Amino acid sequence: MFTKKKIRHILVRHEQAAVHAAEGYARSTGKTGVVLVTSGPGATNAVTGLTDAMMDSIPVVCLTGQVPSHLIGTDAFQEADTSGITRPCTKYNYLIKESDELQAHVEEAFYVARTGRPGPVVIDLPKDILMLDAPYSPAKAKTQVARRYNPVTTPDPEAIKKAVEMMKVAKKPVIYGGGGIINSGPDASQSLTQLVNETGWPTTLTLMGLGELDASHDNFLGMLGMHGTYEANLAMYNCDFMLNIGARFDDRVTGRLSDFAPTSVKVHADIDPSSINKNVRVDLALIGDANEIIQALLAEMKAQGFESHKGDMKKWWSAIEGWRARQCLAYKQTGDIIKPQHAIHRLYEMTKDREVYVTTEVGQHQMWAAQYFNFHKPNRWMTSGGLGTMGYGLPAAMGVQVAHPDATVIDIAGEASFMMNMQELSTLAQYRLPVKMFIINNEWMGMVRQWQQLIHGGRYSESYSASLPDFEKLADTFGMKGLVAHTADDLDGVIAEMLATDGPVIADIRVAKEENCFPMIPSGAAHCDMILGPEDTEDAISEEGKVLV
Amino acid sequence: MFDKSKVERHTISILVENEPGVLARVIGLFSGRGYNIECLTVSEVDAHKKLSRISLVTTGTPMVIEQIEEQLRRQVPVYSVQDLTVKGPHVERELALVKIVNSGDKRVEALRVADSFRARTLDSTLESFIFEVTGSSSKISAFIDLMGSLGAIEIARTGVSAMSRGSEIDY
Ligand SMILES: Cc1ncc(C[n+]2csc(CCOP(=O)(O)OP(=O)(O)O)c2C)c(N)n1
Ligand SMILES: [Mg+2]
Repeated sequence: MFTKKKIRHILVRHEQAAVHAAEGYARSTGKTGVVLVTSGPGATNAVTGLTDAMMDSIPVVCLTGQVPSHLIGTDAFQEADTSGITRPCTKYNYLIKESDELQAHVEEAFYVARTGRPGPVVIDLPKDILMLDAPYSPAKAKTQVARRYNPVTTPDPEAIKKAVEMMKVAKKPVIYGGGGIINSGPDASQSLTQLVNETGWPTTLTLMGLGELDASHDNFLGMLGMHGTYEANLAMYNCDFMLNIGARFDDRVTGRLSDFAPTSVKVHADIDPSSINKNVRVDLALIGDANEIIQALLAEMKAQGFESHKGDMKKWWSAIEGWRARQCLAYKQTGDIIKPQHAIHRLYEMTKDREVYVTTEVGQHQMWAAQYFNFHKPNRWMTSGGLGTMGYGLPAAMGVQVAHPDATVIDIAGEASFMMNMQELSTLAQYRLPVKMFIINNEWMGMVRQWQQLIHGGRYSESYSASLPDFEKLADTFGMKGLVAHTADDLDGVIAEMLATDGPVIADIRVAKEENCFPMIPSGAAHCDMILGPEDTEDAISEEGKVLV
Repeated sequence: MFDKSKVERHTISILVENEPGVLARVIGLFSGRGYNIECLTVSEVDAHKKLSRISLVTTGTPMVIEQIEEQLRRQVPVYSVQDLTVKGPHVERELALVKIVNSGDKRVEALRVADSFRARTLDSTLESFIFEVTGSSSKISAFIDLMGSLGAIEIARTGVSAMSRGSEIDY
């Protein structure tokens, strides 16, 4: 580090944040993020970030220090069983025993992290190994890598043929795209757009997939799942054919499994065979890289003379238009109090002509950001989907900003989540990273409060955000700008000033305290049992659903 | 939950790189995801290529068994995963050591049972024997049940080793 100026190191304030920053870097660039932490507590602090990267399939290589080889197993100072602790939360991990293994293992680590379904890899480095010379040899073959790990990327042509035959008879089709398309690279998003255009089919995306189809595309139904749109969820429920590309039938998406798209034929495209038939039994699997699969489908559609049936599609679309007409995301901004939906909608409107990247924390604000901020390109949206890690957004935004120094990078935060990694304000200040922290401050752990209200009879317990700091002053202590919007009239001015400021900004947006996030499919319910607004909440949640999370 | 199909018993043969932590990786996968392990044997089979074979018997619905195999396959140090139960005819063998402590007629009877199971006597004292018995797991269980009725016993079982029939070689 000291002599190698080619490697840019950003010294963060907490190892969890280091991993999230590497994730932000990776997700916004498609490259592998790298983290370097010390032994013992450094490694254990990194575990949440590694688990987050594992759940969301983000390529990260994490180098951990370890006590000298001869002290391993003696409960030495700052010793932790890093390879034991990180085994279940990484794609793979290494404990280096000899310095001459180093090159092969490091090369393999990067290959494993980014190949197939991406994920985090840990390399645990005992101190004695670090002190030895291990010269890099370009000549050393990478044979071991090829022997051990070879995920299939090119789909089976027979399966592609069958898929197109099934597509040809679909009357009520839907495309359901996930994070796998983003992970496959920007070409996959273009291929998806081509597929949507050529089929004319309605398309919904998961939380992880937002941006891979332009949100303003006519065929885009919005996000699906627990807080997805009415039209997306009803299209899923009523479809007769589902083409899942790079999504994993997560429980937040499927709702009650026994009623998930009950009348549909399902085709599932994924690079990870273990995703097939894990939660939902499908009729056909396409194993491979998302872009290769979509391209193969497009070629086969041409070969087979695929054409969507005009009459059927018209009927299907008119049903969808009926659901769209419910305008499930409509809200009314009246009076002084800022509606959180309005705050995010205005933020979107005022930044849409910029190169903008958005990260979030976890909670209601995250779902509102997914619903009201429209993404037009892939790699612009970074959120903790699988693990749902509060404290993700701020450090992730640092990583994004490092990768895209001239872009507008915004962390749409909740006040409680923000406090989970706010030590990183110091990192932002040190490296002058102009991240904009847009705090949807409802003075509640809103998502928890919402569940306590809807599911637990209003028994609000430990969900109030007490003793909050004055965020404006907090910004000041780190030498950055702090802004507050108290009323709806303040909002545009605060956003404009935030965007006009060169350095980092904390914008404290005081929003309606008890707003709930709708639409909502309560846990244990099916796509057809959505709660669209406060008027639907009576008895919407079954006893069985209440025990679910 | 949703999957109401019948629970099946499968014998799975896994070839892994014999590296530190590989067994923990395989076992951790089972405990972490709530799969069953009925028995497990593991030993190096090729020192030069650093390969070990894990034979494992598990139970689950067909969907769970399929998951188990795919979850195993995607591990970096796993070279091959064969579901011998699905693949067809295969041989399964287990070895057990059974120590029995008794006297008089029961001692004679124990020897007679051992003989009919083709067990070998590895050790004997005036009040005990150690028998070695090999065969299918059910044969071994039957042997242990009989011995149990003839005296105090101590048991060590190896778990199942298995291989498909015919000329095909895995890896
Ligand atoms: C590290 C962590 N701890 C706890 C939770 C559970 N949890 C989910 S949302 C939430 C509240 C978030 O509050 P806030 O950041 O203010 O967001 P809001 O819902 O109010 O928008 C909590 C505690 C979590 N997701 N992550
Ligand atoms: Mg809040």
